[in-house]
Amino acid sequence: MKLSSKDLLGIKELSEDEISLILDTASGFKDVLKRDIKKVPALRGKTAVNLFFEPSTRTKTSFELAEKRLSLDVLSLTATTSSVVKGEGLIDTALNVQALGADFMIIRHSSSGAPHLLSKNVNASVINAGDGINEHPTQALLDAFTIKEKIGKIEGLKIAIVGDILHSRVAKSNIYLLTKFGAEVRLIGPPTLVPVELESLGIKVFHDMDSGLKGVNVVMMLRIQMERQGKGFFPSTFEYSRFWGLNPERLSLADKDAIVMHPGPMNRGIEIASEVADGSRSVILEQVTNGLAVRMAVMYLLGGAR
Amino acid sequence: MSKELLTKKDIDRILARMAHEITEKNKGIGNLCLVGIQRGGVHLAKRLSKKIREIEGTNIPVGSLDIAFYRDDLSIRKEQPEVRKTEVPFELIDKKVVLVDDVLFTGRSIRAALDALMDIGRPKSIQLAVLIDRGHRELPIKADFVGKNIPTAFNENVEVCLEEEGIEDKVTIE
Repeated sequence: MKLSSKDLLGIKELSEDEISLILDTASGFKDVLKRDIKKVPALRGKTAVNLFFEPSTRTKTSFELAEKRLSLDVLSLTATTSSVVKGEGLIDTALNVQALGADFMIIRHSSSGAPHLLSKNVNASVINAGDGINEHPTQALLDAFTIKEKIGKIEGLKIAIVGDILHSRVAKSNIYLLTKFGAEVRLIGPPTLVPVELESLGIKVFHDMDSGLKGVNVVMMLRIQMERQGKGFFPSTFEYSRFWGLNPERLSLADKDAIVMHPGPMNRGIEIASEVADGSRSVILEQVTNGLAVRMAVMYLLGGAR
Repeated sequence: MSKELLTKKDIDRILARMAHEITEKNKGIGNLCLVGIQRGGVHLAKRLSKKIREIEGTNIPVGSLDIAFYRDDLSIRKEQPEVRKTEVPFELIDKKVVLVDDVLFTGRSIRAALDALMDIGRPKSIQLAVLIDRGHRELPIKADFVGKNIPTAFNENVEVCLEEEGIEDKVTIE
């Protein structure tokens, strides 16, 4: 079995079978990460270039480490210290990098669709590490892996995604994946950030968190993007956390075995209480570990430029 | 056109003989362990360990090894090989490992298995047991224990079918 495209641009483009293949392969890589020698020669001799046009802690280091564990040669470019500052465009940057022999290009960009544009212009395998407000496919894959590992399945689960859905590429990728696998997805947040029109995607929208959380098996918290403060989406972060913050009382409304997830970085005390983030139901740090295995699986299956 | 070379009974007798050979050459089962190469080798390793238990009265550790990441043809294949479980739930240091595979052909799978095993630990020694040796080695690799030698043409295909995979035990060539 293989992936039908040379790139991973989004969950939208993946079939259920392809997603299952990635998740199954990721299990094998998770085993490798438990050994003393956490490295396999699978992609030895190939080169990966990380093009990050937006800041990142988790995703960037996760990809860099995943590449090294596969024995790839790794290069990382951050826009602020590259010639992008002098006005060099995306495609020119990519073609120059390809001329150096890149087999994989991992791109995070503030414009939705940037990876898609890139994939048409280079032979390398392009992986979307987050584009604008469109998608963040590897995040959704690692979230799905975490849910399957903890609960055993995705179909039929009640999964609540809470927060700034409107601007969240993590939410979108997760919505596409979880609905593809038959989960009941609920979106929770203020009307300004969770428009009711989203119900046309086949999911339920709740503006009242307490009713939205009743009986859910997974609570996925999203970061409140502080950059958007002062634009009228909600009166203040204090108000936000009063109505949509996850604290132990609200968590008790969910299923007794419910797990708490967060893609990071967290705003402790705003969208999530420290007690919950560090509590026994939180799988936040496991998501990070799983992210490494999932990204290794994606690159292994794509195999690099052909 | 496929021809049956070994029947279920043949395979069973061969494994019994191999189990005796392994315990004979190693003068017992001290520090011995079996590691089967996915997929065929894993089932055979389990069967051999049962037979060794019948002879020596004790269980020896059995593990499984997936060699997908160590193959030397990953960049020329059209699709990446399926990744299966590697489970070696015991320390390799001081152990005599007997690698088990169903068919020995070019020797490249065994080379990959050696690399995979060495990344997991440092065994005292490694021996190789195969059900079928079909010749055509491309690397200097030799089996210590062979079930049956079958001379073949390069383009022929030898298949070992095992009950554990849902098909009747048999070895065929075509």
